[in-house]
Amino acid sequence: MIAGRAPAERASPRALALPKRRPAPGYAAVSRWFVALALAALLAADLHVSSLNPWGELGRLLAGLARPDLLSVAGWSIVYTVAFAVLGVGLGAGAGFLLAIPFARSRLVRVLCAALRAVHELFWALLLMQVFGLSATTGILAIALPYAGICAKVYSEIIEEADLSALRVLPAGTGAVSAFAYARLPDVAAAFRHYTLYRLECGMRSTLVLGFIGLPTMGFYLESAFRQGRYAEAGALLLVFYALIGTRRLWVRAKTLPLLVLGSALALPPMIGATDIGASLSRFLGHDIFPGPLRGAPLSDPETCARTWAWLRPILTDQVLPGAANTLILAQIALVATGLGALMLFPLVSRRFAGPLGRPLGRVLLVAVRSTPEYMLAYVALQLLGPSMLPAILALSIHNAGIIGFLMGRHADLIPYRPDAPRGLNLYAYETVPRLYGQFLAYLLYRWEIILRESAILGILGVATLGYYVDAAISELRLDTAVVLIGATALMAVTVDALSRLLRRSLRINTLPTRLAEPVRHSAAVPDPRQRPA
Amino acid sequence: MSGPAITLANASAAYDGRTVLRGIDLTIRTGERVALMGRSGAGKSTLIGLIHGQAAERIALVPQASALVRTLSVFHNVYMGRLDRNPTLHNLRNLVWPAAADWTEVGRVLGRVGLADAIRAKAGALSGGQQQRVSVARALYNGRPILVADEPVSALDRAQGAAILAEMARTHETLVLALHDVALALAHAGRIVVLDEGRIVLDAPSRGLDAAALAPFYEPAA
Repeated sequence: MIAGRAPAERASPRALALPKRRPAPGYAAVSRWFVALALAALLAADLHVSSLNPWGELGRLLAGLARPDLLSVAGWSIVYTVAFAVLGVGLGAGAGFLLAIPFARSRLVRVLCAALRAVHELFWALLLMQVFGLSATTGILAIALPYAGICAKVYSEIIEEADLSALRVLPAGTGAVSAFAYARLPDVAAAFRHYTLYRLECGMRSTLVLGFIGLPTMGFYLESAFRQGRYAEAGALLLVFYALIGTRRLWVRAKTLPLLVLGSALALPPMIGATDIGASLSRFLGHDIFPGPLRGAPLSDPETCARTWAWLRPILTDQVLPGAANTLILAQIALVATGLGALMLFPLVSRRFAGPLGRPLGRVLLVAVRSTPEYMLAYVALQLLGPSMLPAILALSIHNAGIIGFLMGRHADLIPYRPDAPRGLNLYAYETVPRLYGQFLAYLLYRWEIILRESAILGILGVATLGYYVDAAISELRLDTAVVLIGATALMAVTVDALSRLLRRSLRINTLPTRLAEPVRHSAAVPDPRQRPA
Repeated sequence: MSGPAITLANASAAYDGRTVLRGIDLTIRTGERVALMGRSGAGKSTLIGLIHGQAAERIALVPQASALVRTLSVFHNVYMGRLDRNPTLHNLRNLVWPAAADWTEVGRVLGRVGLADAIRAKAGALSGGQQQRVSVARALYNGRPILVADEPVSALDRAQGAAILAEMARTHETLVLALHDVALALAHAGRIVVLDEGRIVLDAPSRGLDAAALAPFYEPAA
């Protein structure tokens, strides 16, 4: 035994100085909790398939998608899709950039941004529509408002992470703007460009979703094609959309940007619906969104308070509570299904598992999955399976698993395996997944808030999450109720975001990359010499 | 001494088009204990790579970086030495619920490197020297006859290093060790192979050598 020859270790049995302090909850404990909660949620979820012949419908759908009818695509819908995305994201990113500068210092700005991004673009659109009608303004602002909040946060993070050495050597007395332009902007410009381009891709997906509520983007035509079973047209629209996203690096460039913005502004569709914006805006802000009992009543009157409570209580008990419960149930199942899906999908895009032939195919598959808006996936699944939570769960987990799986595949390719590493399932279970698990949790916890907001939104398709009640309130023109419900949704999103940040910090994965646009950093990989015996 | 365990004839290797090793003729017989020496950058690790590539199925490797999975326990890291020889289902089960027999066996191997108490610890929580010993334990548990190790004791003091090398020699007849400590090499290897700028410049039994004879190969290149 070696101990006899190693006096240093013999001397005291405690020479093995293992740190006793265990990190509070480990990866495994957190994972078990999430899975347990999802299993409990499954018991409460409504998952039945109510359509009579889902497979037949799926067959017709796939047959249609396989034979796209490109001639049926309405050309202007493509133009509008790009125009809404370019102007909405441009406006949002511009405002986000301005907000990013005071973001780290001003609590007020942080709260404002949190509120802006906690409300999904679809909810923004439903509210804006009351003022601006079914118009270009509604579409652009619905994207710009939440994106300003998101961009402000991310830009500010990028600025915080940047290298400050150049800033320190500037001559004393350099103005703030010059200092920013010379010592900070050059360092962060690449990251900004990367992120904004990614946001544009998200913006294109958002315009599709806005089409589902009537704006004349490709989403509008997709919805009617799916609803009426014209699957060949739907397939063509999807193909065009994938092509738009796939080629975005070609048509969004520094040189084409002025042209894109100008062209988008000129190409916007004419106004439909509301005409007198001033009047409808003041009615909306001054009357509609106020709780009914408060309108024109004296605030100091105890009678008013009692009536307001009588108005609010049924909303809380009959709509907010069941809606929030269903939203949480759906989000929890979708989150865990996303995690499982990502763990199953990432080998498809990893060199060690898919090989040089399989990997490109895997990438095409995952990029297509990620480019398809979850709202549309849910809509299609709803057509196939009938109304229950199942379509929403499928849509959310397929879309998000595609995103996370794709990113994990890139991380997996950077792992410096030892030369005698095992292969196949052994490599996967003993080397790859354990090494990636922290990164995996970081991505998943980051998506948690997004999945929650999407869960609320999918209520518009008929699952009784918060979106269902919002949609009902708006269609009955009870805007005061809708605002309470949207506020509740935003509050839930903010809470989950805070919880996620707390968990990431206690798991010490808060410094790992979570942004989807980020180029994966090359870790200090042990070189893998391509030895060739002569 | 019996037949050759490893034969390299006029072997060379290159990284990104830059030749690292050339004209390597090296035969290692079963039962030999060879120390590979030379300055850093001389090509030791690349030669270790060539040797491993030559007979991977007979070699238990201690790679230069300990290459542990930090999020797994020491038990799992050592058990990895035999993943290829156990059914995958058994491996997956061991990940969640280690089999008693494997636990005992791994514990025994860990005892040989003085880490029996650390079997439950997370590999990432160990010190550099402890991680290196876990990496040695993984190769010992692997059990293949030729033990090839790239600087296996670089993070340990000389007494601990000597103990680990002796433990490696106890169960493995054939040893190929890249070492930078001349005294350890002379004490534990029967044959010294020195590399310089990608070539073998000395290949001799250690009996006839002393530290002074090896010193020229460690002076800074002129």
